[in-house]
Amino acid sequence: MTTLKLTPKYPREKQTIMMFNGDEAVAYAVKQCYVDVVAAYPITPQTIIVEKFSEFVANGEVHTEFIHVESEHSAMSACIGAAATGARAFTSTCSQGLALMVETLYIASGLRLPIVMAVTNRALSAPINIHGDHSDAYLMRDAGWVMLFVENVQEAYDTTIQAFKIAEHPEVQLPVSVHLDGFFLSHTMENLHVLPDEAIYEFLGGPRKPVKVKVDYYDEEVEYTLNPARPLSVGMLAFYDYYFEIKTQQVEAFKHAERVITEVNEEWYKLTGRKYGDGLVDPYAMSDAEIAIVVMGSSTGTIRNIVKKFRERGVKIGVLRIRSYRPFPRRRVAELLKDVKLVAVLDRAASPGTLGALYSDIISSLYTLKERPLVVNYIYGLGGRDLSPQLVHRLIEELREDLRRGFIPEERLQRYLGVRE
Amino acid sequence: MSLSLKSWREIPIGGVGFKLSTEVKTGEWRAMKPVIDQNKCTKCLICWLFCPEPAIMWDGVRVEVNYDYCKGCGICAQECPVKAISMVPEFGGE
Repeated sequence: MTTLKLTPKYPREKQTIMMFNGDEAVAYAVKQCYVDVVAAYPITPQTIIVEKFSEFVANGEVHTEFIHVESEHSAMSACIGAAATGARAFTSTCSQGLALMVETLYIASGLRLPIVMAVTNRALSAPINIHGDHSDAYLMRDAGWVMLFVENVQEAYDTTIQAFKIAEHPEVQLPVSVHLDGFFLSHTMENLHVLPDEAIYEFLGGPRKPVKVKVDYYDEEVEYTLNPARPLSVGMLAFYDYYFEIKTQQVEAFKHAERVITEVNEEWYKLTGRKYGDGLVDPYAMSDAEIAIVVMGSSTGTIRNIVKKFRERGVKIGVLRIRSYRPFPRRRVAELLKDVKLVAVLDRAASPGTLGALYSDIISSLYTLKERPLVVNYIYGLGGRDLSPQLVHRLIEELREDLRRGFIPEERLQRYLGVRE
Repeated sequence: MSLSLKSWREIPIGGVGFKLSTEVKTGEWRAMKPVIDQNKCTKCLICWLFCPEPAIMWDGVRVEVNYDYCKGCGICAQECPVKAISMVPEFGGE
Protein backbone atom coordinates (compact mmCIF):
# COMPACT_ATOMS: atom_id res chain seq x y z
CA MET A 1 0.00 0.00 0.00
CA THR A 2 1.38 3.40 -1.02
CA THR A 3 0.99 6.44 1.20
CA LEU A 4 -1.18 9.19 -0.19
CA LYS A 5 0.29 12.24 -1.89
CA LEU A 6 -2.99 13.82 -3.00
CA THR A 7 -6.22 14.62 -1.23
CA PRO A 8 -8.59 11.77 -1.95
CA LYS A 9 -12.31 12.37 -2.32
CA TYR A 10 -12.88 10.30 0.81
CA PRO A 11 -9.86 10.89 3.03
CA ARG A 12 -9.30 8.61 6.03
CA GLU A 13 -11.31 10.78 8.38
CA LYS A 14 -14.35 10.37 6.11
CA GLN A 15 -13.98 6.59 6.19
CA THR A 16 -15.15 4.36 9.02
CA ILE A 17 -12.76 2.13 10.93
CA MET A 18 -14.17 -1.37 11.23
CA MET A 19 -12.81 -4.56 12.73
CA PHE A 20 -13.34 -7.43 10.32
CA ASN A 21 -11.77 -10.69 9.37
CA GLY A 22 -11.14 -11.23 5.65
CA ASP A 23 -14.42 -13.01 5.04
CA GLU A 24 -16.47 -10.33 6.80
CA ALA A 25 -14.63 -7.65 4.85
CA VAL A 26 -15.58 -9.35 1.56
CA ALA A 27 -19.21 -9.75 2.70
CA TYR A 28 -19.34 -6.09 3.69
CA ALA A 29 -17.88 -5.05 0.34
CA VAL A 30 -20.47 -7.15 -1.53
CA LYS A 31 -23.21 -5.55 0.59
CA GLN A 32 -22.11 -2.14 -0.67
CA CYS A 33 -21.84 -3.22 -4.32
CA TYR A 34 -25.57 -3.35 -5.05
CA VAL A 35 -25.37 -7.04 -6.00
CA ASP A 36 -28.60 -8.48 -7.44
CA VAL A 37 -27.95 -12.20 -6.98
CA VAL A 38 -25.74 -14.21 -4.62
CA ALA A 39 -25.77 -17.98 -5.08
CA ALA A 40 -23.36 -19.87 -2.87
CA TYR A 41 -22.68 -23.08 -1.03
CA PRO A 42 -20.74 -23.05 2.23
CA ILE A 43 -17.20 -24.42 2.49
CA THR A 44 -14.49 -23.69 5.06
CA PRO A 45 -12.81 -21.16 5.16
CA GLN A 46 -15.22 -19.25 2.90
CA THR A 47 -18.31 -19.90 5.07
CA ILE A 48 -18.32 -16.58 6.91
CA ILE A 49 -18.67 -14.65 3.64
CA VAL A 50 -22.03 -16.19 2.75
CA GLU A 51 -23.09 -16.54 6.38
CA LYS A 52 -22.50 -12.83 7.00
CA PHE A 53 -24.09 -11.90 3.69
CA SER A 54 -27.19 -13.98 4.36
CA GLU A 55 -27.61 -11.94 7.56
CA PHE A 56 -27.67 -8.76 5.47
CA VAL A 57 -30.34 -10.37 3.30
CA ALA A 58 -32.37 -11.55 6.30
CA ASN A 59 -32.19 -8.09 7.90
CA GLY A 60 -33.41 -6.46 4.70
CA GLU A 61 -30.20 -4.43 4.40
CA VAL A 62 -29.74 -5.42 0.74
CA HIS A 63 -32.10 -5.99 -2.20
CA THR A 64 -30.12 -9.11 -3.19
CA GLU A 65 -31.81 -12.40 -4.11
CA PHE A 66 -29.92 -15.06 -2.14
CA ILE A 67 -30.15 -18.48 -3.80
CA HIS A 68 -29.51 -21.51 -1.60
CA VAL A 69 -28.04 -24.10 -3.92
CA GLU A 70 -27.11 -27.75 -3.45
CA SER A 71 -23.52 -27.56 -4.70
CA GLU A 72 -20.80 -25.25 -6.00
CA HIS A 73 -21.55 -26.45 -9.52
CA SER A 74 -25.09 -25.14 -9.06
CA ALA A 75 -23.85 -21.96 -7.37
CA MET A 76 -21.86 -20.94 -10.42
CA SER A 77 -24.63 -22.15 -12.76
CA ALA A 78 -27.12 -19.92 -10.93
CA CYS A 79 -24.70 -16.98 -11.17
CA ILE A 80 -24.31 -17.61 -14.90
CA GLY A 81 -28.08 -17.61 -15.37
CA ALA A 82 -28.46 -14.47 -13.28
CA ALA A 83 -25.63 -12.63 -15.03
CA ALA A 84 -27.08 -13.60 -18.43
CA THR A 85 -30.25 -11.72 -17.52
CA GLY A 86 -28.16 -8.63 -16.76
CA ALA A 87 -27.90 -9.05 -13.00
CA ARG A 88 -24.80 -8.31 -10.94
CA ALA A 89 -23.90 -11.71 -9.48
CA PHE A 90 -21.50 -12.86 -6.79
CA THR A 91 -20.43 -16.17 -5.33
CA SER A 92 -17.64 -17.50 -3.17
CA THR A 93 -15.91 -20.83 -2.69
CA CYS A 94 -12.52 -22.55 -2.43
CA SER A 95 -10.68 -25.88 -2.61
CA GLN A 96 -12.98 -28.88 -3.26
CA GLY A 97 -15.87 -26.53 -3.96
CA LEU A 98 -13.85 -24.73 -6.59
CA ALA A 99 -12.81 -28.08 -8.04
CA LEU A 100 -16.46 -29.04 -8.37
CA MET A 101 -17.15 -25.67 -9.97
CA VAL A 102 -14.43 -25.89 -12.63
CA GLU A 103 -16.71 -26.94 -15.50
CA THR A 104 -18.94 -23.92 -14.98
CA LEU A 105 -15.99 -21.52 -14.50
CA TYR A 106 -15.15 -21.99 -18.17
CA ILE A 107 -18.78 -21.35 -19.12
CA ALA A 108 -18.90 -18.09 -17.13
CA SER A 109 -15.79 -16.79 -18.90
CA GLY A 110 -16.72 -18.25 -22.29
CA LEU A 111 -20.08 -16.49 -22.19
CA ARG A 112 -18.26 -13.32 -21.05
CA LEU A 113 -20.36 -12.82 -17.94
CA PRO A 114 -18.85 -10.38 -15.41
CA ILE A 115 -19.42 -12.49 -12.30
CA VAL A 116 -17.32 -11.79 -9.21
CA MET A 117 -16.16 -14.61 -6.95
CA ALA A 118 -14.16 -14.56 -3.74
CA VAL A 119 -11.84 -17.55 -3.34
CA THR A 120 -10.49 -18.16 0.14
CA ASN A 121 -7.48 -20.14 -1.09
CA ARG A 122 -7.34 -23.55 0.53
CA ALA A 123 -5.35 -26.72 -0.12
CA LEU A 124 -6.88 -29.51 -2.24
CA SER A 125 -7.42 -33.04 -0.97
CA ALA A 126 -5.89 -35.63 -0.47
CA PRO A 127 -4.84 -35.59 2.34
CA ILE A 128 -7.86 -33.57 3.35
CA ASN A 129 -6.90 -30.15 4.64
CA ILE A 130 -8.82 -26.96 5.28
CA HIS A 131 -5.91 -24.52 5.49
CA GLY A 132 -4.51 -21.99 3.11
CA ASP A 133 -2.39 -22.66 0.05
CA HIS A 134 -2.70 -21.79 -3.63
CA SER A 135 -3.41 -25.20 -5.15
CA ASP A 136 -7.08 -24.34 -5.76
CA ALA A 137 -6.13 -21.08 -7.45
CA TYR A 138 -3.69 -22.86 -9.78
CA LEU A 139 -6.50 -25.23 -10.67
CA MET A 140 -8.46 -22.36 -12.27
CA ARG A 141 -5.56 -20.45 -13.79
CA ASP A 142 -6.52 -21.24 -17.42
CA ALA A 143 -10.28 -20.95 -16.88
CA GLY A 144 -10.41 -17.47 -18.38
CA TRP A 145 -10.94 -15.59 -15.11
CA VAL A 146 -9.19 -12.41 -14.09
CA MET A 147 -7.43 -13.50 -10.87
CA LEU A 148 -6.40 -10.96 -8.23
CA PHE A 149 -4.45 -11.99 -5.12
CA VAL A 150 -4.72 -9.83 -2.03
CA GLU A 151 -2.28 -9.40 0.84
CA ASN A 152 -4.41 -8.25 3.75
CA VAL A 153 -7.99 -7.68 4.92
CA GLN A 154 -8.07 -4.05 3.78
CA GLU A 155 -7.03 -5.14 0.30
CA ALA A 156 -9.66 -7.91 0.31
CA TYR A 157 -12.32 -5.26 0.90
CA ASP A 158 -10.89 -2.84 -1.65
CA THR A 159 -10.31 -5.49 -4.32
CA THR A 160 -13.78 -7.01 -4.03
CA ILE A 161 -15.29 -3.63 -4.91
CA GLN A 162 -12.73 -3.03 -7.67
CA ALA A 163 -13.48 -6.50 -9.07
CA PHE A 164 -17.02 -5.50 -10.10
CA LYS A 165 -15.70 -2.40 -11.84
CA ILE A 166 -13.03 -4.38 -13.71
CA ALA A 167 -15.36 -7.24 -14.66
CA GLU A 168 -18.12 -4.96 -15.95
CA HIS A 169 -15.87 -2.64 -17.96
CA PRO A 170 -17.28 -2.69 -21.54
CA GLU A 171 -13.92 -3.76 -23.00
CA VAL A 172 -13.30 -6.44 -20.36
CA GLN A 173 -16.56 -8.33 -19.70
CA LEU A 174 -14.77 -11.14 -17.91
CA PRO A 175 -15.44 -12.84 -14.59
CA VAL A 176 -13.07 -11.82 -11.79
CA SER A 177 -11.92 -13.87 -8.81
CA VAL A 178 -10.52 -12.27 -5.66
CA HIS A 179 -8.10 -14.57 -3.85
CA LEU A 180 -7.54 -14.25 -0.12
CA ASP A 181 -5.47 -16.86 1.69
CA GLY A 182 -7.64 -19.20 3.72
CA PHE A 183 -7.41 -18.61 7.50
CA PHE A 184 -4.37 -16.32 7.15
CA LEU A 185 -6.77 -13.66 5.86
CA SER A 186 -10.23 -15.19 5.93
CA HIS A 187 -10.20 -15.68 9.71
CA THR A 188 -7.77 -12.98 10.82
CA MET A 189 -9.20 -9.83 12.36
CA GLU A 190 -7.79 -6.53 11.19
CA ASN A 191 -8.71 -2.89 11.44
CA LEU A 192 -9.77 -1.52 8.12
CA HIS A 193 -11.21 1.61 6.60
CA VAL A 194 -14.52 1.25 4.83
CA LEU A 195 -16.23 3.80 2.61
CA PRO A 196 -19.80 5.05 2.89
CA ASP A 197 -22.33 3.18 0.73
CA GLU A 198 -22.92 6.14 -1.59
CA ALA A 199 -19.20 6.32 -2.43
CA ILE A 200 -19.25 2.72 -3.67
CA TYR A 201 -22.51 3.28 -5.54
CA GLU A 202 -20.94 6.22 -7.33
CA PHE A 203 -17.64 4.38 -7.94
CA LEU A 204 -19.48 1.50 -9.63
CA GLY A 205 -21.88 3.80 -11.45
CA GLY A 206 -24.97 2.26 -9.86
CA PRO A 207 -26.32 -1.13 -10.93
CA ARG A 208 -24.66 -3.22 -13.65
CA LYS A 209 -25.05 -1.94 -17.20
CA PRO A 210 -24.96 -4.84 -19.69
CA VAL A 211 -23.05 -4.31 -22.93
CA LYS A 212 -24.72 -4.18 -26.33
CA VAL A 213 -24.28 -6.78 -29.04
CA LYS A 214 -25.09 -6.79 -32.75
CA VAL A 215 -26.96 -9.79 -34.07
CA ASP A 216 -28.26 -10.36 -37.60
CA TYR A 217 -31.91 -10.66 -36.66
CA TYR A 218 -32.30 -7.26 -34.99
CA ASP A 219 -31.71 -3.97 -36.82
CA GLU A 220 -30.38 -2.17 -33.76
CA GLU A 221 -27.75 -3.28 -31.27
CA VAL A 222 -29.39 -5.01 -28.33
CA GLU A 223 -28.37 -5.52 -24.69
CA TYR A 224 -26.58 -8.79 -23.98
CA THR A 225 -29.34 -9.96 -21.65
CA LEU A 226 -31.88 -12.74 -21.73
CA ASN A 227 -35.30 -11.17 -22.11
CA PRO A 228 -38.43 -13.07 -23.20
CA ALA A 229 -39.76 -9.93 -24.91
CA ARG A 230 -36.65 -9.78 -27.11
CA PRO A 231 -35.18 -13.28 -27.53
CA LEU A 232 -31.43 -13.84 -27.82
CA SER A 233 -29.52 -17.12 -28.09
CA VAL A 234 -26.91 -17.53 -25.35
CA GLY A 235 -24.69 -20.59 -25.01
CA MET A 236 -24.67 -21.49 -28.71
CA LEU A 237 -22.87 -24.38 -30.38
CA ALA A 238 -19.66 -23.34 -32.13
CA PHE A 239 -17.48 -25.90 -33.89
CA TYR A 240 -14.32 -25.46 -35.97
CA ASP A 241 -16.13 -22.63 -37.76
CA TYR A 242 -16.44 -20.16 -34.85
CA TYR A 243 -15.01 -21.62 -31.59
CA PHE A 244 -11.52 -20.26 -32.41
CA GLU A 245 -12.85 -16.73 -33.06
CA ILE A 246 -14.87 -16.67 -29.84
CA LYS A 247 -11.85 -17.87 -27.80
CA THR A 248 -9.66 -15.23 -29.53
CA GLN A 249 -12.05 -12.52 -28.30
CA GLN A 250 -11.60 -13.85 -24.78
CA VAL A 251 -7.79 -13.81 -25.02
CA GLU A 252 -7.86 -10.27 -26.44
CA ALA A 253 -10.13 -9.09 -23.60
CA PHE A 254 -7.33 -9.92 -21.14
CA LYS A 255 -5.17 -7.23 -22.79
CA HIS A 256 -7.88 -4.71 -21.94
CA ALA A 257 -8.20 -6.19 -18.46
CA GLU A 258 -4.50 -5.49 -17.81
CA ARG A 259 -5.05 -1.81 -18.64
CA VAL A 260 -8.34 -1.54 -16.75
CA ILE A 261 -6.86 -3.05 -13.55
CA THR A 262 -4.28 -0.23 -13.45
CA GLU A 263 -6.92 2.40 -14.24
CA VAL A 264 -9.24 1.15 -11.51
CA ASN A 265 -6.30 1.06 -9.06
CA GLU A 266 -5.62 4.75 -9.85
CA GLU A 267 -9.28 5.65 -9.56
CA TRP A 268 -9.46 3.91 -6.18
CA TYR A 269 -6.39 5.90 -5.08
CA LYS A 270 -8.14 9.17 -5.96
CA LEU A 271 -11.25 8.04 -4.12
CA THR A 272 -9.69 6.53 -0.97
CA GLY A 273 -5.99 7.38 -0.86
CA ARG A 274 -5.09 3.69 -1.12
CA LYS A 275 -3.45 1.88 -4.01
CA TYR A 276 -1.57 -1.36 -4.49
CA GLY A 277 1.49 -0.80 -6.66
CA ASP A 278 0.19 -0.25 -10.19
CA GLY A 279 -2.64 -2.69 -9.53
CA LEU A 280 -0.82 -5.51 -11.33
CA VAL A 281 2.37 -5.78 -9.30
CA ASP A 282 3.29 -4.33 -5.92
CA PRO A 283 7.08 -3.89 -5.67
CA TYR A 284 8.98 -3.14 -2.45
CA ALA A 285 12.59 -1.91 -2.31
CA MET A 286 13.15 -3.03 -5.91
CA SER A 287 14.94 0.03 -7.34
CA ASP A 288 18.56 -1.15 -6.79
CA ALA A 289 17.86 -4.72 -5.66
CA GLU A 290 20.31 -7.49 -6.55
CA ILE A 291 18.09 -10.18 -5.04
CA ALA A 292 14.31 -10.23 -5.54
CA ILE A 293 11.71 -12.43 -3.90
CA VAL A 294 8.56 -12.93 -5.98
CA VAL A 295 5.47 -13.94 -4.03
CA MET A 296 1.66 -13.77 -4.00
CA GLY A 297 -0.82 -13.36 -1.18
CA SER A 298 -0.58 -13.02 2.58
CA SER A 299 3.06 -14.14 3.02
CA THR A 300 4.23 -10.91 1.42
CA GLY A 301 3.96 -8.97 4.68
CA THR A 302 6.25 -11.35 6.57
CA ILE A 303 8.80 -11.34 3.75
CA ARG A 304 8.70 -7.56 3.40
CA ASN A 305 9.32 -7.21 7.13
CA ILE A 306 12.44 -9.40 7.07
CA VAL A 307 13.65 -7.82 3.83
CA LYS A 308 13.41 -4.45 5.56
CA LYS A 309 15.76 -5.71 8.29
CA PHE A 310 18.27 -6.94 5.70
CA ARG A 311 17.99 -3.58 3.89
CA GLU A 312 18.94 -1.84 7.14
CA ARG A 313 22.10 -3.97 7.12
CA GLY A 314 22.84 -2.83 3.56
CA VAL A 315 21.76 -5.99 1.73
CA LYS A 316 20.32 -5.06 -1.69
CA ILE A 317 17.16 -7.06 -1.67
CA GLY A 318 13.54 -6.38 -2.70
CA VAL A 319 10.12 -8.00 -2.89
CA LEU A 320 7.85 -8.22 -5.92
CA ARG A 321 4.30 -9.12 -5.08
CA ILE A 322 2.18 -10.31 -7.97
CA ARG A 323 -1.33 -8.95 -7.48
CA SER A 324 -2.77 -9.78 -10.88
CA TYR A 325 -2.02 -13.45 -11.58
CA ARG A 326 -4.30 -13.43 -14.64
CA PRO A 327 -3.72 -11.36 -16.73
CA PHE A 328 -0.07 -12.04 -15.87
CA PRO A 329 1.79 -8.71 -16.18
CA ARG A 330 4.84 -10.11 -17.97
CA ARG A 331 6.08 -6.74 -19.33
CA ARG A 332 5.98 -5.13 -15.88
CA VAL A 333 7.71 -8.17 -14.37
CA ALA A 334 10.50 -8.05 -16.97
CA GLU A 335 10.91 -4.30 -16.40
CA LEU A 336 11.22 -4.71 -12.63
CA LEU A 337 13.51 -7.74 -12.67
CA LYS A 338 15.81 -6.85 -15.58
CA ASP A 339 18.65 -5.50 -13.41
CA VAL A 340 18.29 -8.04 -10.63
CA LYS A 341 20.96 -10.77 -10.35
CA LEU A 342 19.01 -13.44 -8.52
CA VAL A 343 15.27 -14.02 -8.32
CA ALA A 344 13.55 -16.44 -5.93
CA VAL A 345 9.99 -17.33 -6.95
CA LEU A 346 7.84 -18.64 -4.12
CA ASP A 347 5.00 -20.98 -5.06
CA ARG A 348 2.45 -21.86 -2.41
CA ALA A 349 1.41 -24.99 -4.34
CA ALA A 350 3.36 -27.70 -6.09
CA SER A 351 2.90 -28.62 -9.74
CA PRO A 352 4.02 -32.25 -9.52
CA GLY A 353 6.15 -33.25 -12.48
CA THR A 354 7.27 -29.74 -13.32
CA LEU A 355 8.45 -26.53 -11.67
CA GLY A 356 6.10 -24.13 -9.88
CA ALA A 357 3.31 -22.41 -11.83
CA LEU A 358 4.31 -18.89 -10.77
CA TYR A 359 7.95 -19.78 -11.47
CA SER A 360 7.05 -20.78 -15.04
CA ASP A 361 5.25 -17.46 -15.60
CA ILE A 362 8.22 -15.50 -14.24
CA ILE A 363 10.67 -17.47 -16.40
CA SER A 364 8.65 -16.80 -19.57
CA SER A 365 8.37 -13.12 -18.66
CA LEU A 366 12.16 -12.84 -18.40
CA TYR A 367 13.05 -14.86 -21.50
CA THR A 368 12.87 -11.87 -23.88
CA LEU A 369 15.57 -10.02 -21.89
CA LYS A 370 19.11 -10.05 -23.33
CA GLU A 371 20.66 -10.56 -19.91
CA ARG A 372 18.60 -12.65 -17.58
CA PRO A 373 18.89 -13.07 -13.83
CA LEU A 374 19.31 -16.46 -12.15
CA VAL A 375 15.88 -17.70 -11.07
CA VAL A 376 15.19 -20.32 -8.40
CA ASN A 377 11.91 -21.85 -7.35
CA TYR A 378 10.76 -22.43 -3.77
CA ILE A 379 7.73 -24.51 -2.83
CA TYR A 380 6.47 -23.31 0.55
CA GLY A 381 3.51 -23.24 2.91
CA LEU A 382 1.62 -26.27 1.59
CA GLY A 383 -1.56 -27.11 3.48
CA GLY A 384 -1.35 -23.90 5.47
CA ARG A 385 2.15 -24.42 6.87
CA ASP A 386 3.34 -21.12 8.26
CA LEU A 387 6.08 -19.12 6.58
CA SER A 388 7.77 -17.90 9.75
CA PRO A 389 10.15 -14.91 9.97
CA GLN A 390 12.91 -17.43 10.85
CA LEU A 391 12.27 -19.31 7.60
CA VAL A 392 12.36 -16.12 5.54
CA HIS A 393 15.61 -15.23 7.30
CA ARG A 394 17.07 -18.61 6.34
CA LEU A 395 15.77 -18.18 2.78
CA ILE A 396 17.51 -14.83 2.35
CA GLU A 397 20.80 -16.19 3.76
CA GLU A 398 20.58 -19.07 1.30
CA LEU A 399 19.95 -16.64 -1.58
CA ARG A 400 22.95 -14.52 -0.59
CA GLU A 401 25.06 -17.68 -0.66
CA ASP A 402 23.73 -18.46 -4.18
CA LEU A 403 24.56 -14.94 -5.32
CA ARG A 404 28.14 -15.26 -4.00
CA ARG A 405 28.52 -18.57 -5.84
CA GLY A 406 27.06 -17.02 -9.00
CA PHE A 407 25.30 -20.07 -10.41
CA ILE A 408 22.47 -22.46 -9.57
CA PRO A 409 23.13 -26.17 -10.02
CA GLU A 410 20.29 -27.92 -11.85
CA GLU A 411 19.42 -30.14 -8.88
CA ARG A 412 19.00 -27.02 -6.73
CA LEU A 413 16.64 -25.21 -9.14
CA GLN A 414 13.57 -26.18 -7.16
CA ARG A 415 13.71 -26.25 -3.37
CA TYR A 416 11.32 -26.83 -0.51
CA LEU A 417 10.98 -24.12 2.09
CA GLY A 418 9.90 -25.38 5.49
CA VAL A 419 9.54 -29.13 4.88
CA ARG A 420 11.15 -31.66 7.28
CA GLU A 421 14.02 -33.32 5.43
CA MET B 1 -13.18 -22.16 -44.99
CA SER B 2 -15.85 -20.14 -46.69
CA LEU B 3 -15.27 -16.41 -47.10
CA SER B 4 -18.71 -15.69 -45.68
CA LEU B 5 -17.50 -16.62 -42.17
CA LYS B 6 -16.91 -13.59 -39.97
CA SER B 7 -13.71 -12.58 -38.16
CA TRP B 8 -13.38 -12.44 -34.38
CA ARG B 9 -13.75 -8.65 -34.55
CA GLU B 10 -17.14 -8.86 -36.27
CA ILE B 11 -19.07 -11.29 -34.08
CA PRO B 12 -20.76 -10.43 -30.76
CA ILE B 13 -18.94 -11.45 -27.55
CA GLY B 14 -19.51 -14.66 -25.65
CA GLY B 15 -20.72 -16.67 -28.64
CA VAL B 16 -24.11 -14.92 -28.53
CA GLY B 17 -26.13 -16.38 -31.41
CA PHE B 18 -25.75 -13.81 -34.17
CA LYS B 19 -27.95 -15.67 -36.64
CA LEU B 20 -31.39 -17.19 -36.15
CA SER B 21 -31.43 -20.62 -34.60
CA THR B 22 -33.56 -21.79 -37.56
CA GLU B 23 -30.46 -21.24 -39.75
CA VAL B 24 -28.49 -23.75 -37.71
CA LYS B 25 -29.30 -27.21 -39.11
CA THR B 26 -28.56 -29.87 -36.54
CA GLY B 27 -29.68 -32.96 -38.46
CA GLU B 28 -26.40 -33.31 -40.38
CA TRP B 29 -24.89 -36.18 -38.42
CA ARG B 30 -27.83 -38.56 -38.97
CA ALA B 31 -26.88 -42.08 -40.14
CA MET B 32 -30.40 -43.55 -40.47
CA LYS B 33 -33.46 -41.57 -41.43
CA PRO B 34 -37.12 -42.30 -40.69
CA VAL B 35 -39.34 -42.60 -43.77
CA ILE B 36 -43.13 -42.48 -43.30
CA ASP B 37 -45.35 -44.70 -45.43
CA GLN B 38 -48.27 -42.28 -45.85
CA ASN B 39 -50.60 -45.16 -46.90
CA LYS B 40 -50.09 -46.94 -43.59
CA CYS B 41 -50.07 -43.79 -41.40
CA THR B 42 -53.24 -43.42 -39.31
CA LYS B 43 -52.25 -39.91 -38.07
CA CYS B 44 -52.42 -41.04 -34.45
CA LEU B 45 -49.47 -38.63 -33.74
CA ILE B 46 -47.74 -40.99 -31.32
CA CYS B 47 -44.50 -40.27 -33.26
CA TRP B 48 -45.09 -36.51 -32.79
CA LEU B 49 -45.57 -37.10 -29.07
CA PHE B 50 -42.43 -39.22 -28.65
CA CYS B 51 -40.00 -37.33 -30.91
CA PRO B 52 -37.41 -35.72 -28.55
CA GLU B 53 -36.33 -33.01 -31.03
CA PRO B 54 -39.22 -32.32 -32.07
CA ALA B 55 -38.72 -33.11 -35.75
CA ILE B 56 -42.16 -34.58 -36.55
CA MET B 57 -44.30 -32.00 -38.30
CA TRP B 58 -48.10 -32.14 -38.34
CA ASP B 59 -50.00 -29.65 -40.52
CA GLY B 60 -53.43 -31.12 -39.82
CA VAL B 61 -53.35 -33.26 -42.98
CA ARG B 62 -50.04 -35.12 -43.22
CA VAL B 63 -47.33 -36.25 -40.83
CA GLU B 64 -43.86 -35.34 -42.14
CA VAL B 65 -40.31 -35.55 -40.82
CA ASN B 66 -38.22 -32.35 -40.68
CA TYR B 67 -34.83 -33.68 -41.80
CA ASP B 68 -33.09 -30.40 -40.92
CA TYR B 69 -33.37 -31.32 -37.25
CA CYS B 70 -34.07 -35.10 -37.15
CA LYS B 71 -31.05 -36.89 -35.59
CA GLY B 72 -32.24 -40.33 -36.74
CA CYS B 73 -32.72 -41.76 -33.23
CA GLY B 74 -35.49 -44.09 -34.46
CA ILE B 75 -37.86 -43.61 -31.53
CA CYS B 76 -40.73 -42.74 -33.92
CA ALA B 77 -40.23 -45.99 -35.88
CA GLN B 78 -40.10 -47.96 -32.64
CA GLU B 79 -43.26 -46.41 -31.24
CA CYS B 80 -45.42 -46.33 -34.42
CA PRO B 81 -48.35 -48.75 -33.63
CA VAL B 82 -49.00 -49.55 -37.33
CA LYS B 83 -45.29 -49.79 -38.33
CA ALA B 84 -45.70 -47.01 -40.89
CA ILE B 85 -42.17 -45.65 -40.21
CA SER B 86 -39.06 -47.45 -41.40
CA MET B 87 -35.46 -46.47 -40.71
CA VAL B 88 -33.49 -46.17 -43.96
CA PRO B 89 -29.69 -45.78 -44.18
CA GLU B 90 -28.88 -42.12 -44.98
CA PHE B 91 -26.21 -42.81 -47.60
CA GLY B 92 -27.66 -45.87 -49.35
CA GLY B 93 -26.36 -48.32 -46.69
CA GLU B 94 -24.52 -51.58 -47.16
